[in-house]
Amino acid sequence: MEFVAARDLDDALDVKADEPDAALLAGGTDLMVDVNLAHHRPASVVSIRRVRELAGVDEHRIGAGVTWEQLEGSPHRALAQAARTVGSPQIRSVGTIGGNIGTASPAGDGLPWIAAADASIVVASRKRGERVVPWNEFFVGVKETSLEPDEVIIAVQVPGDVPESQEFAKVGVRNAMVISTVSCVVMRGDDGYRIALGSVAPTPIRATQAEALLNSARDITEPLLDELADVVSREVRPITDHRSTEAYRRHASGVLARRLVERTRP
Amino acid sequence: MTSTVVPRVRGGIGTSVRRPDGEPKVSGNFAYASDLTAPDMLWGATRRSPYARARLVRIDVGPARAIDGVHAVLTQADVPGKPLFGQEEQDQPVLCDGEARFWGEPVAIVAADDEETARLAAEAIIVEWEELDPLVDPEQAVADGSVYREMRVRRGDESVSGNVVVEGYYETATQDQAPLGPEAGLAIPDDAGGMDLYVTSQWIHIDHKQIVDCMAMEPDQIRCHPVGIGGAFGAREDISVHIHVAMLAAVTGRPVKMVYDRSESFVGHVKRHPSKGWYRHEADAEGNLVKVTARLILDGGSYAHTSRAVLANGAYFTVGPYRCDNIVVDAAVTRTNNPPAGAMRGFGAVQTCFGYEMQMDRLAAALDMDPLELRRRNALAPGDPMATSGQIIEGSLPTVAVIDALEAIPLPPEDVDDDPLLRPGGTGLTTSKADVVRGVGFAVGLKNLAFSEAFDDYTEARVVMTSAGVEVHTAAIEVGQGLVTVCQQIARTILGTERVAVIWDDTSRIGSAGSTSASRQTQMTGGAVHAASEALRTKILQTHDGDELRADGVYRSGGLIATVDEICADGPVEEHVRFRHPPTTTADENGQGDVHAGFVVAAHRAVVDVDPELGLVRVVQVDTAQDVGKALNPQAITGQLEGGIMMGTGFAVMEQLVIRNGVIVNPTFTDYLVPTFMDAPDVETRIIEEGDHWGPFGAKGIGESPTISSTPAIVAAIRNATGKDLTKVPVLPEHIIGD
Repeated sequence: MEFVAARDLDDALDVKADEPDAALLAGGTDLMVDVNLAHHRPASVVSIRRVRELAGVDEHRIGAGVTWEQLEGSPHRALAQAARTVGSPQIRSVGTIGGNIGTASPAGDGLPWIAAADASIVVASRKRGERVVPWNEFFVGVKETSLEPDEVIIAVQVPGDVPESQEFAKVGVRNAMVISTVSCVVMRGDDGYRIALGSVAPTPIRATQAEALLNSARDITEPLLDELADVVSREVRPITDHRSTEAYRRHASGVLARRLVERTRP
Repeated sequence: MTSTVVPRVRGGIGTSVRRPDGEPKVSGNFAYASDLTAPDMLWGATRRSPYARARLVRIDVGPARAIDGVHAVLTQADVPGKPLFGQEEQDQPVLCDGEARFWGEPVAIVAADDEETARLAAEAIIVEWEELDPLVDPEQAVADGSVYREMRVRRGDESVSGNVVVEGYYETATQDQAPLGPEAGLAIPDDAGGMDLYVTSQWIHIDHKQIVDCMAMEPDQIRCHPVGIGGAFGAREDISVHIHVAMLAAVTGRPVKMVYDRSESFVGHVKRHPSKGWYRHEADAEGNLVKVTARLILDGGSYAHTSRAVLANGAYFTVGPYRCDNIVVDAAVTRTNNPPAGAMRGFGAVQTCFGYEMQMDRLAAALDMDPLELRRRNALAPGDPMATSGQIIEGSLPTVAVIDALEAIPLPPEDVDDDPLLRPGGTGLTTSKADVVRGVGFAVGLKNLAFSEAFDDYTEARVVMTSAGVEVHTAAIEVGQGLVTVCQQIARTILGTERVAVIWDDTSRIGSAGSTSASRQTQMTGGAVHAASEALRTKILQTHDGDELRADGVYRSGGLIATVDEICADGPVEEHVRFRHPPTTTADENGQGDVHAGFVVAAHRAVVDVDPELGLVRVVQVDTAQDVGKALNPQAITGQLEGGIMMGTGFAVMEQLVIRNGVIVNPTFTDYLVPTFMDAPDVETRIIEEGDHWGPFGAKGIGESPTISSTPAIVAAIRNATGKDLTKVPVLPEHIIGD
């Protein structure tokens, strides 16, 4: 196995241009699990831990190398809440949001926030330079993205209109350090409510029918909230697996969406 | 000469002395089996069956042998001696014998220069399989007669019936011991054709016997040594890497080490038997139990291991710590193609406690009676016949006292926690205060002590007085429970000196201590150390005609007459004993007999917060009152009670191996969930001391009790909060929201 420690983004892009199959290593909290379970045996590995272009957060850009521990202090409330639910303190100190995006697990804890924020993923390669890919074009299936093999995820580009009123919640069978059964982000802004969910479809999704229902209503009444929960439950596309059942995930999706709408209500 | 009052020896029984292994363990300096190393050591790896049941059509080890750095690739044909092993019944092939009978069964083993090469070589072996239909349904197995043992227990009059009848069907899932330390071992060949083995174990002498048979060696050619154990809970009672490292070391002539990784560990040890139980409890109008009818199926999986003994516990503990004179119990443990089951903390008594305690709650509800009052009314006490076996209870059994002490513990404040992290859902922030319902539940559990059914259960210990202090020699395994301090404390108390060291002997230096299981070592090895220390004290006092033994020597009428150096003038003085508990008998055809050596009882009360709409639970507090006989080390007892409650909490609300058609689908700590400290309840403990009829100073073993009734107490509390009829553990969110 060949190992390269990239000093900067140029280094990393050079390696990926030459060897598109090289595995990128940041926190290693996904990659090394795959390697240890012998699911994946990369011929070469590029460490991007010290790539300064991937570090750093500002209002409109979250570097791909930013860790969950750093994101626990994010001004985006729901993102900070989501970050707190990722793994253990040890995992959060090395795991990055870029890794969460690259792995693109349906259960990725950071992904519903990206969907709710209508954020884009900034990627780069030697051949095509920088591309900004809207989240719903980036995530295309279970652990599938539109990232090209020679590309590196650089950052999350955050639009200027992300509402301040935002809440995250996640259901798991354990009260900490657990893969999500269902997760949900609700934001309330000038344009109305946004509802995003994780673990209930191949990719993070927006509950667009539920948003439409909510945003066309004059008042948020109890019957409307009941209907909202129903619509969300029907709108999601979960599966039954060893972590939960389809029926439970549908139910919990509706409950979480309703509760978070109540929490973000003025 | 003035007479003096003898100061009580420091660090004797009844004190919470610190463990010598405590600091090395928390500072990372303790050598566990997986840390061992030897010069020129090779690494072993295992190739396993990808099917729950399949015929081995062809195996070609050539590609593995061809890899640079590979020194041996062995299959069943290479086993030098007996091809089968097993603790009770030798039925498991050392390596696959032509048919794989469980998912993950070892097929071939490899030794190579390093871990990675060994793993790659194991993968390179070509194996062709013909997949066969696995038998995975225990009820089908019973119908097919595929059972390790069936039991029939009958007492009293089957035709009797009660005014109030409750029936229930209960299931418990497959729990894993999930010890943090994985299976690990090192075999070091000697220059005389034998070897030294350092392998994680709970009973090195039973390992030794099986290894010697399979290696076709003389008993003195193989020495099994105690090693550092990172948790056991029953998982180390059966063979794991032992014979494999021995074979590889014998063939290569070099030390060989094997360490399972986490996923391999989940297939590499036996688990708690999953169970199905049908119960019918009948009582009179006052709530006196009149008759209990039960049918129990435990699934033993593909090989026997300790299944026969686990079933006996299951069958005998279908009623719990209650009197009842009319009993109809039928029980079976099945042979299937599921992962092999065996010993786990509670050993058959966990599964049935969930059943009988759910039944007692249903009965209390049917009688409109306080659930604790119903339990007190029927409480089993010394002099009573045990409901199932009819054995008269000897020694202590403070059933009512543990219930009373538990009830007297104050309940936690009723307010739901202000901290959202301490509500159901925890860090997931799912649950507001208004979503929470509080529930309280109780359970009482009974467990036997040491080995039952006429097993010749003994422990050896040698206690030696040297001029440098006292040595306690034993082959008993310290698995983290605190046997080391118990041995020290007993010897100190009897021999009057604080200077006591425990020496862990290998199998060539002392006889068996029996297994560190069945809650037995405090009583058994503790009993042996007690007896040897008493004999040594008597011998020394007689030799020097003294009346008292203190740290500095023998005293007569308060005056020192022989110093320790003088006692040991001709060398160390020692006593070696083989200790046995009161004998037990086999049962008659109705399951009647004095099958158990003793009993221990505990009660638990759980307080839970439930979010009924999402089915999420936070176990707020689990209190317990525990029968201990005599508390030798109160802090060690507290450790066992808290740790056992954690394990019981896990089983109540999250722990289960998900097994589909014989395949474990969650063999990782990502998906086999054990409680984190965010899930850990607060614990209040009360210790009830009523000395037992045997065991050092009246002490009882308490390693298993805390795991037995904590689970049903938590489920009862969830039921109390939600009104749901929860009949399966673990209770998962979908069960709480379901109908």
